[in-house]
Amino acid sequence: MAVCIAVIAKENYPLYIRSVPTQNELKFHYTVHTSLDVVEEKISAVGKAMADQRELYLGLLYPTEDYKVYGYVTNSKVKFVIVVDSSNTSLRDNEIRSMFRKLHNSFTDVMCNPFYNPGDTIQSKAFDGMVSAMMVQAS
Amino acid sequence: MADDVLFEFLHMEMVSHIYKEQASRGEMDKDRATCVSALEGMGFRVGQGLIERFTKDSPSFKDDLDIMKFICKDFWINVFRKQIDNLRTNHQGTYVLQDNKFSLLTQLSSGKQYLEEAPKYLAYSCGLVRGALSNLGMDCVVTAEVSPMPS
Repeated sequence: MAVCIAVIAKENYPLYIRSVPTQNELKFHYTVHTSLDVVEEKISAVGKAMADQRELYLGLLYPTEDYKVYGYVTNSKVKFVIVVDSSNTSLRDNEIRSMFRKLHNSFTDVMCNPFYNPGDTIQSKAFDGMVSAMMVQAS
Repeated sequence: MADDVLFEFLHMEMVSHIYKEQASRGEMDKDRATCVSALEGMGFRVGQGLIERFTKDSPSFKDDLDIMKFICKDFWINVFRKQIDNLRTNHQGTYVLQDNKFSLLTQLSSGKQYLEEAPKYLAYSCGLVRGALSNLGMDCVVTAEVSPMPS
């Protein structure tokens, strides 16, 4: 049920953002943007040794739909944001974690690509394919 | 297995290629600096990618010292197949990493004659470390020093 997936760089600009319903894309962009604040808050709260996989649960009630935003930060301060439409199931922590794992793996592959300059938008077809698989299977 | 040596050969060839290219273009003196920066730039980009791969599963680092320890142990082992022999710090932002048997330099004979040439071979590794650190969030300057081994 992933409705929108975004990869945000260290300096907080989007490297990759894609949403499923092509209408209301702006709304998702806005949501991702606002979720960045919460992510920053969580990052700065790290003082103890905990795994860097963070969970961001926003019970935002939007006029017509209910959705949750999950966040994940890599060691290089690149943030992944997934927006899910929670109409069916809500407790799918493991699935969300595995989605983040797959995102991270694909992102690592993109990073190691010598033709990719860090800071550019991600244009890799393999990355696109992996993201589409995550969105299609979920909706 | 021959795996380890492959990179050493590639590295030696890289260094000589860059210098040959500069020489053939005719300008001699000031371009030692551009050669070194080209090598360092290569190392930088590779360092960034490597860090992404190595830190995929490890928890986030608490502070700079933690990052340096990671560099000394895991990163150095993965890249140069050994750990750093000595890490010193002045707790004010300077860290000295000492490697007594640097794999990319072991092929140069010890003794003073090649000391001047050594920086060429260190540029790539400096870039590697700088790229790694910058991807982890630390902006820094990496310099390398070679000292002759006591016999």
